Amino acid sequence: MSSSKYIGFDTLTLHGGQRPDPVTGARATPIYQTTSFVFQETTHAASLFNLGRSGHVYSRISNPTVAVLEERVASLEGGVGGIATASGMAAIHLAITTLMGQGSHIVSSHALYGGTHNLLTYTLPRFGIETTFVDPRDPAAFRAAIRPETRLLYAETIGNPRGEVLDIPSVAGVAHDHGLPLMLDSTLTTPWLLRPFDHGADLVMHSLTKFIGGHGIAIGGMVVDSGRFDWEKSGHFPTLTEPYAGFENMDFAEDFGPSAFLIRGRREGLRDFGAALSPTNAFHFLQGLETLPLRMARHVENARRIIVFLGENPAVTHVNSPEVPGHPDHDLARRLLPRGCGSVFSFELKGGREAGRKFIESLQLFSHLANVGDAKSLVIHPASTTHARMGAAALQQAGITEGLVRLSVGLEDPEDLIADLSRALYRSQK
Amino acid sequence: MRFTVDGQEVYAATGADAHQPGKPWITFIHGAGCDHTVWVLFARFFSRNGFNVLAPDLPGHGKSAGGPLITVEQMAQWLSRLLAAANIDSTVLVGHSLGSLVALEAAAREPQRYTQVVLLGTAVPMPVGEALLNAARERNHAAVDMIMQFGHAFGTQLGGNPVAGISVLNNNMRVLERGLPVNLYEDLNACHSYRDGIDAARTIKTPIMVVLGDQDRMTPPASAQALIAALPAPDVRRIPDCGHMLMSEQPEAVHVALVAAVSAR
Repeated sequence: MSSSKYIGFDTLTLHGGQRPDPVTGARATPIYQTTSFVFQETTHAASLFNLGRSGHVYSRISNPTVAVLEERVASLEGGVGGIATASGMAAIHLAITTLMGQGSHIVSSHALYGGTHNLLTYTLPRFGIETTFVDPRDPAAFRAAIRPETRLLYAETIGNPRGEVLDIPSVAGVAHDHGLPLMLDSTLTTPWLLRPFDHGADLVMHSLTKFIGGHGIAIGGMVVDSGRFDWEKSGHFPTLTEPYAGFENMDFAEDFGPSAFLIRGRREGLRDFGAALSPTNAFHFLQGLETLPLRMARHVENARRIIVFLGENPAVTHVNSPEVPGHPDHDLARRLLPRGCGSVFSFELKGGREAGRKFIESLQLFSHLANVGDAKSLVIHPASTTHARMGAAALQQAGITEGLVRLSVGLEDPEDLIADLSRALYRSQK
Repeated sequence: MRFTVDGQEVYAATGADAHQPGKPWITFIHGAGCDHTVWVLFARFFSRNGFNVLAPDLPGHGKSAGGPLITVEQMAQWLSRLLAAANIDSTVLVGHSLGSLVALEAAAREPQRYTQVVLLGTAVPMPVGEALLNAARERNHAAVDMIMQFGHAFGTQLGGNPVAGISVLNNNMRVLERGLPVNLYEDLNACHSYRDGIDAARTIKTPIMVVLGDQDRMTPPASAQALIAALPAPDVRRIPDCGHMLMSEQPEAVHVALVAAVSAR
């Protein structure tokens, strides 16, 4: 976390990226619900278009409300900046397409959110980008899978749903040995639990929809750049180091140095793919961020109580959380995640799919839906929903069994959550 | 664009694809531990609005080869040789922090070459605290931390950059982290050791503008008063809510000042 020399994390969750509105004095960030911004005169207009002056042109490219969110998340992560997108998937897509094109290759952890797995396995190969999946617990596997055309190493900070903790320093070392960046999905940990840049990662993405929002009312994503990866020295990234005919022959690394990736991502990725975040949704995420430290502490506290409860329940055969001392990544988690491992984890029910059905249908407080990181507690059966498009082999590789149930523990009274789980577990075994 | 000066390759940003014959020149000199990227908005603006732009990396900085020069006088002499290599007889000269001292010294040495001088974030003398100098000498990140803390207004440390989505603080940190191992100490020591600035200022004939951040704690406005008093009728501007990193902290205010400066030529 940030040293005392700098403004602290909690303060930044409230103030980062924003100053009181200089015209109205509004203390909260206003929602600039406008498509476009009036130019002062024609030279001003031209200068905004060609990056000769700072300011906003059109809300697909940038917007003042969205910019506050981008800068706030970037400051919490310790990055040089961020680009907010319409969803977390849009953030991954924007990052990948900013870095590479046809003929490129990604080495990714196989322990991924199902949507990411779909993108890498089925969609991107149609555009000439292939992915090799490896065990996130084996940095040597990342190294062995790197090819001359590899452009990115990708993983999640904590795998979903089995809770694999990535050894970020080791995998970052592998990436940097090959002149490649490491990009992490840090959705489940948030910068309050883990700042991947402090451990060597180069790019971070979030589904803002989850813990950063916390309210479950808006879809959004964000990619953040540490600004430390040397694109020119690597030599593998012509999109950032060679003149781009699509934007005045700009050489982004030469002109913008540490911000090259973000400038290209905004000036091409948002401009051409158009997956921009709406100002109103940005406002919702800003409200969520204001309580992130308070919420994450309570999420962790509640999750720990429920993990203990489940571990002692006879209907449960196994709890997949690095919080559990027997988990393969328990020691690594204590090192990288000293504040805790969040509140998304899974467990294995006795009785397989049928027991899982009975369990989920017996819950009254937990909501059965396809989301995590909400203030309200959530439950899902991955094999039939989030990971349903994965084949049997991929499911087995990801450790997703018929009896696996994923929980996202919310902020309710833990006694009420335990009572709900206790009742449903009992009924699952009938 | 690349030049050769003293047998070493020099990189200079131009803000555009090519220089155009007949247009006036504007030259930008960056501050300690920095490089040409601090000028990107201004280089792009002026190159599209009537000027040829030269924003070099000082030796041992950014993309320029060699080791860093160690005195302001050496840098001013080097600038003269660079401009000669680029066939630039006449130019507006803009310098920030260390670059402002180089601009001052250069303008005193070659008054005929400079049509206008703009000094951003300046003070004469420009003493550097012992703790900062020692940390920079040891290539310790604490030097960068000190500049982050003292070099930015409080508001900048919170954020609110008009360049969407970019953290001024963290972007400047990354720039200085690139300079820390190779040139930050040499640059800071050059600032600290420059003694002849007031004498240089007294000889200036060129129209001159001084632009100060009102919350600058590295070169506080009070520390620029001796310089201002020694200059001939300088146009002095103070930018509110701004620290020492003027170009990134308040790019629009700096833009307005620079446009005013070149309009007054």
